[in-house]
Amino acid sequence: MITLLVNSALHKLDIDPATPLLYALRNDLSLNGAKFGCGLGQCGACTVLVDHEPVYACLTPVAALEGRPILTIEGLAENDKPSPLQQAFIDEQAAQCGYCTAGMVMRAQALLDHNSIPTEAEIRAYMEPNLCRCGTQVRVVRAIRRASQPAREAAEASLPR
Amino acid sequence: MTCRHPAEAGPSRRGFLAGGGALIVSFSLLPRFAAAQAAGQTGPALPGSLAKFPMLDSWVRIDANGAITVFTGKAELGQGIKTALIQLAAEELIVTTEAIDLVTADTARTPDEGYTAGSHSMQDSGTAIRNAAAQARALLIDAAATRLQVPGDKLRAENGMVIAEDGRQLRYGELVGDQILHVQASPQSVFVDPSRYRFIGKPVPRVDIPAKVTGGIAFIQDMRLPNMAHARLVRPPSYGATLSRLDTAAVEHLPGVIKIVRDGSYLAVIAEQEYQAIVAMRALETAAHWDEKPGLPDSATLFDTLAGLPAQQVPVRDDPIAIPPNARIVEASYRRAYHMHGSIGPSCAIGLSENGALTVWTHAQGVFPLRAALTELTGLPRDKVRCIHVQGSGCYGHNGADDAGADAALLALALPGRPVRVQWMREQEHIWEPYGSAMLTKARAALSPEHQIIAWDYTVRSSTHATRPGGAGNLMPAWYREKPLTQPVPKPLPLPEGGGHRNAAPIYTIPSARVMYEFMPAMPLRVSALRGLGAYMNVFSIESFMDELAQAAGLDPVDFRLNHLSDPRAREVVTRAAERFGWLGFSRTPGTGRGFGFARYKNLAAYLAVAVEVAVDRESGQVRMVRAAAAVDSGEAVNPDGIANQIEGSILQSASWTLYESVAFDRTRIASRDWSSYPIMRFPAVPDRIEVQVVERPGEPFLGTGEAAQGPTAAAVANAVADAIGVRLRDIPLSPAQVKAAIGV
Amino acid sequence: MRLLRFGLCFAVLLLVAAAFFVVLSRQPVIAGVEAPPRSAFDQTLIEKGAKLAAIGNCYSCHTTRGKADYSGSRAIPTPFGTIFSANITPAPGTGIGRWPEEAFRRAMREGISRRGEHLFPAFPYDHYARLTDDDLHALYAFLMTRTPVESFTPRNALPFPLNKRWPLAFWNVAFLDKTPFQPNPQQSDAWNRGAYLVAGLGHCGDCHTPRNLFSAEESSRPLEGGAESEGWVGPALNTASPAPVPWDEAHLFTYLRHGWADQHGAAAGPMQPVVTALARADDADIHAMATYLAAQQGPVSTERQQRASAALARAAEVKPPAPAAGEELGATIFAGACASCHTGSAAMVPPHGINLALSSALYQPEPTNAIQFVLRGVQPSGERSGPLMPRFADTFTDAQMAALLRYLRAHYATAPPWHSLESKIRDLRQRKGPL
Ligand code: FES
Ligand code: FES
Repeated sequence: MITLLVNSALHKLDIDPATPLLYALRNDLSLNGAKFGCGLGQCGACTVLVDHEPVYACLTPVAALEGRPILTIEGLAENDKPSPLQQAFIDEQAAQCGYCTAGMVMRAQALLDHNSIPTEAEIRAYMEPNLCRCGTQVRVVRAIRRASQPAREAAEASLPR
Repeated sequence: MTCRHPAEAGPSRRGFLAGGGALIVSFSLLPRFAAAQAAGQTGPALPGSLAKFPMLDSWVRIDANGAITVFTGKAELGQGIKTALIQLAAEELIVTTEAIDLVTADTARTPDEGYTAGSHSMQDSGTAIRNAAAQARALLIDAAATRLQVPGDKLRAENGMVIAEDGRQLRYGELVGDQILHVQASPQSVFVDPSRYRFIGKPVPRVDIPAKVTGGIAFIQDMRLPNMAHARLVRPPSYGATLSRLDTAAVEHLPGVIKIVRDGSYLAVIAEQEYQAIVAMRALETAAHWDEKPGLPDSATLFDTLAGLPAQQVPVRDDPIAIPPNARIVEASYRRAYHMHGSIGPSCAIGLSENGALTVWTHAQGVFPLRAALTELTGLPRDKVRCIHVQGSGCYGHNGADDAGADAALLALALPGRPVRVQWMREQEHIWEPYGSAMLTKARAALSPEHQIIAWDYTVRSSTHATRPGGAGNLMPAWYREKPLTQPVPKPLPLPEGGGHRNAAPIYTIPSARVMYEFMPAMPLRVSALRGLGAYMNVFSIESFMDELAQAAGLDPVDFRLNHLSDPRAREVVTRAAERFGWLGFSRTPGTGRGFGFARYKNLAAYLAVAVEVAVDRESGQVRMVRAAAAVDSGEAVNPDGIANQIEGSILQSASWTLYESVAFDRTRIASRDWSSYPIMRFPAVPDRIEVQVVERPGEPFLGTGEAAQGPTAAAVANAVADAIGVRLRDIPLSPAQVKAAIGV
Repeated sequence: MRLLRFGLCFAVLLLVAAAFFVVLSRQPVIAGVEAPPRSAFDQTLIEKGAKLAAIGNCYSCHTTRGKADYSGSRAIPTPFGTIFSANITPAPGTGIGRWPEEAFRRAMREGISRRGEHLFPAFPYDHYARLTDDDLHALYAFLMTRTPVESFTPRNALPFPLNKRWPLAFWNVAFLDKTPFQPNPQQSDAWNRGAYLVAGLGHCGDCHTPRNLFSAEESSRPLEGGAESEGWVGPALNTASPAPVPWDEAHLFTYLRHGWADQHGAAAGPMQPVVTALARADDADIHAMATYLAAQQGPVSTERQQRASAALARAAEVKPPAPAAGEELGATIFAGACASCHTGSAAMVPPHGINLALSSALYQPEPTNAIQFVLRGVQPSGERSGPLMPRFADTFTDAQMAALLRYLRAHYATAPPWHSLESKIRDLRQRKGPL
C-alpha cells in the first residue's frame, strides 16, 4: 500500500511500488493533466511538482513519494478559478493541440515559485527540458512573463524613486 | 484499504457514445447523389461541403427545447477549428457561442468530409456550416412570419429568438416543429452584414484551451471507459522483420496480464493496468526474436539512390521554351531529408467490440476513410464499424493515428466486451510513423537583360505524399499479420492540389515555364502526408532560387519578387511582411542575416510572406532564428488570433525541420528512435519574437492557412543564412556541419 | 578538508620560497606589434590550426556562454578559488592582438604572458610545452584570424598568496618540464601521433593524472586517474582503468567521436564539451589518440579478461538482478525510473542507455561520477543528436538516491560498497553549476 499526497489530499493506492507516478495519477486518481509523451524523461509532457520542484512523473516510482507533497495542474486552481499562471496561458492562448501544455504550466510554476521575476533568458533556460511540436513556445514565454507581471510591477514600485 | 476510482472523474461510456441511437443513420447523412435522387432534383453547385451533403440538418439541428447542435465531418487537431466553426454558426444563427454544441467527425453522426487535412476545413466545412446556419436563420424567420402573420422583413433574429417589431417573440425551439431544417440547401445565402459581426474576425478565445491548461479531459489519451483494459504493442525492430521465435511463458504470468495477442509477426499484450501492460511489453520484447533484412538505402548516398530510382513523369506545366542568346542562365539544385511528424503524444486509440459491432475512438484525420479501412481489415460489415474522432496530440499530417486505430480494432476483437486502450511507446511512434518524403529539385532559369525571368525549368523528384488508409493495405499492422496485406503501389495525387508537385509551379509571372514532377512509386522509408506535402520543398526551392536569381540580377530580393508578381493580394502580403520586419532598415551585424520567403499555398489557398533574421554561430555552425515577421491573407479571417497562433507554430516547426531535423537510419533500422536521436527545436533556440499580421478581407471566401507557412519559412531561413554567411546552402537540414563547411575557418 | 590542507601547505611553502624567487620571477616583456592581417596566413594553415584548437578545446575555457567566441572571461573553478580565462581573440587592447608569434609561443610553452607575467597553470602550458613549432604556428594563425572582440577579463578571485603571480616561478622551476615531445621509434606513427596529442594539446592528464601537493601532475603516474575537478573525477586511462571491459581502439574512437560507446557509457560532465570540440578534429587524429590510449590499457591480463566476461554476462541478463534484503527500495527505484532505458537491450542504442553492468562509472573507486550521472543526467547540447539522460536531482532524496546506487554497485558492478554515499550525494548536490 502506497500513500500519496496529491494536491493536498491523501490517497492510498494498492499498486506496484515501482509504478511511475504518471500512471498512478492518470489511471488511479483520474488526474489527466500530466501526459505520457516519451516515458524517457526527454519531453516534459508529464511534469509535476514534487517537494515544489519539477520532476518527470513518467520516471518517478511511487515508492519514492511517500510523504512528499505532489502538485499537479489540477491542484493549481483555487475555488475552481484558474490560477494566475493558468489564466496567463489562457489570455495568451498559449496552446495549440495542448498536449504539452500542462507540463509547460507546471515547469513554469516551479520557475515562478523560485524566481517571481524571471528574465526572458532565464525563462528559456529553465523551460529547456520541455518540448512542444506545435510551436507554441513564443506564446508560452509570453504567458510566463504575463504571469510574472504583477510581481515585476510590485518590485518596480518598491524601488526608491 | 484501496481507494481507486477507475473512472470516477472520467466521462461515462454513455457520454462517449451519446447520440449513438436513433440518429445513427439519418436520411440527412446520405451523400448528395442519393439525397438528390431522393428529392428527385439536381441543382447548381452548392458551396463547400454542402455540395456533398446538401440537407441543412446534416449540419445544423435545433431541438424543440432550443438546443442547437452543429455537425462537422472535420476534426479538431489542435488547430482551433472547433472554435472557428462555432464562431461561424453563432454569427449566422445570431446566438452566443456558448449556445452552440459542435459535434465533430463521427461516422455515425456527422457528414463525411473525408480527411481533416490540406488546410481545407474552413473552405469545406466552414463554408457549409456558415451557409447552412444562415439559411436556417432565414427559414426560422419565415416560419415566424407565418405564425405571427407579419412580413419577414419586420422580424429579426436575436439570441435564439425571432422578435417582431411589436415585441412579440418566438423561440427557435418553438419554430422547428415540422422538420423545417430537413430541406435541401440553396446555392445562395444571405450572410450577416460584416458591420454587425459579433464573432467573425474577432479573436474569440479557443473553446478547448481552458481544459488544456487546467487538466480537464481533452484528449483521447485521457479517455477512460469503465472496465477498460490496456494494451501495448511489440513492434518489429525494423521494416519487414519477421518474428522468428517467441517464448511467452514468462510473460503470461506477469501480474495483470490478460492476454498475449500474436498474429504472425503482429504482437501485443493486454493487461488490466497500463503499467502492467508496459512491464509485460518489455518482457515480451526481450522474449521475441526477429529476422531482419537490410532493406534501407545507404544514408550516406541517399540522394544518389533516389536520383536513380524509376519515376513516372508528371508534367505540371509545359510551355514551349525559347531562350534568347543574350539571356543569363542560373541553375541550382536542392535536397531535403526525411522529416518526422514527431507528435509529442504517441498515437493512441480505444476499441470496443460488443454484440458484433466495433467502435473505435481515434485521433485519425479521417474517420470515414478509417472506417472503410477497418471494414476491410476486420471483415466486418460497414454498418458494424463506427469510428469516432477524439482529439489527440497535434499530428501535422498522417502519423501513427490510423495504425493505432487498427491496433485498437484488432485488440478489441481479441478481447470482446471490454474497451481496450492502446498507446504507442515513444520509440514506436518515431520508428513507425510515415515520414515526410526526402526530395530533390532542380531549377534553371533565364534572366533577360532587364532582369526579368523569361524562362523557367523546374523538376521535382519525390516519393508519394499520400499513403493514408482508405484501403487497409496502408495500415501498418496489416503488414505483419499471419495473412499480411501489402501496401498498394501509390499513385501521384492529382493537381491542382498535388502531392510532391504541390506548389511546384511558380506563382510568379513567367512567360514560359516547364515544370515536371518525377514521381517515384518506391518509398525506401515509409512516407505519407506531412504538413504541406511537397509544397514545403517546392517553395523552399523556388524561393531560394528566387533569391539566387535576384542576386544574379543584382536586385533586392523583395523588389525582385514584386517585379514578378501581379496579383495585388500577393503583392500586399509581400509588402506588409517586409515593412513589419523592417526589411529596408535592416542592419547586418557579423553573423546575422535577413531572408524572405513567399508563396500562395497550393497556388490557390492562403497567401503568406515571411521575413526572418538568423544568427549564425561561426564556431559551431549552429543557426538560430532570431525573429520573424509574417503577413497572411486567408480570405475572410474568422479568428485572426487563431490564424496567428497557427502561423507562429508553423514558422517554428518549419524552422526546426529546416535547421535541425533529418531521420537517421542504417541499412536495416531507423536510428532516430527518440528525441535524443531526432532532436527538434528547444526553448533556447526559439526566436525572440514572431509577428503575424492577418490581412482583413471581410466577405472574401476562406483560404486554407494551416500549412501555408511551412515552405516560405524554410526558404526565408535559407535565404537569411545565405545572407549571413555569404554562401548558399541548398540541402535541408542546414546542419552545423554544412554551415561550417561553407564558412570554413 | 584535504583541499584546505593542501592550500595551507602550499601557502606556507610559497611564502618561504617567495623571497628567493622574486628576482627569478621577472620575465622580459615582449614588444607588441600590429596584429598581422588575415592575408599573412595561408588558408590551409588556418584550417590546420582550427583542427588543433579543436583537440585542445581552447573554446571551452576561453568562451563564456552568450559572449563572443574566444573572448574569455569564463569562470574556471579551481580548488583555491575562481580564475577567469583570458580573451584570446586578436583584439589589440584586451586580447592577444599585439602579440607577436614569439610571445604566443612563450605563453603556450612557459606560461608567461607577453608582458612577462606568469599565467596560472589552470592554463595547461605544462602540456602545451610538448607542442612542435609547426603546430604552434598553425594555432597562432588560427587565433589571430578570429574576430577581434575587446572584452576585459575580470580579476581572479583567489586568496592571498595564491593571487600573486610570482610564486608561479617557483612552481615552474619545480614542475614544468619543457622538453619537447620525443617520439618512440618502437611504436607506430599512429601511436606516436596519439601520444603527442594526448600529452600535449589534448592535455588529457589535466583531469586524468593524479596531482601532487602543489597541484602539479605527478609525472611518474601519467593517466592514472585524477582527483575530483568540477565535481567529476577523471578516471584512470591506463592499466588502472576501472572500465569492466578494457577499452580498445574502436571503442575509444567511437567515444571520442560520438560521445558514447557501447560497453562503457556516455561522455558527461567536463568530458562533454571535450567531445563537442573534437567533432571538428580529423578522424585520423582521433584514431591516433584512440590507438595511444588503448595501448595505455596494457596487455589484458587473464584476471581482467575474466572480469570483462563476467560483466558482459551480467549485461546479457534480461532481468534486473534480485535485490538482497534491505535493498528493495533501490531495486524498486531502478524498476520505475531506470529500467525503461537501462534494460531490455544490451546494446546502447537510443532510447536505450547502457546496461549498467558495463557502466564505467559504477566501477570507479569513488561514487562521484555515478552520483553526478543520477543528479544531473546528460543534457543535450543544443539541437544536436547525442546521449540524453534526464536529471534526477529533484526526483529522489539523498537517501533514495543512495539506496539506488548501493543496489547498482552491489549487483551490476558487484563491487564493494562505497563509503559515505549519502553525504557525498548531499555534498555534490550543493555544488554550483546546472543541476
Ligand atoms: S513523458 Fe515524461 S518526460 Fe516525456
Ligand atoms: S501545443 Fe501541441 S505539442 Fe505543444
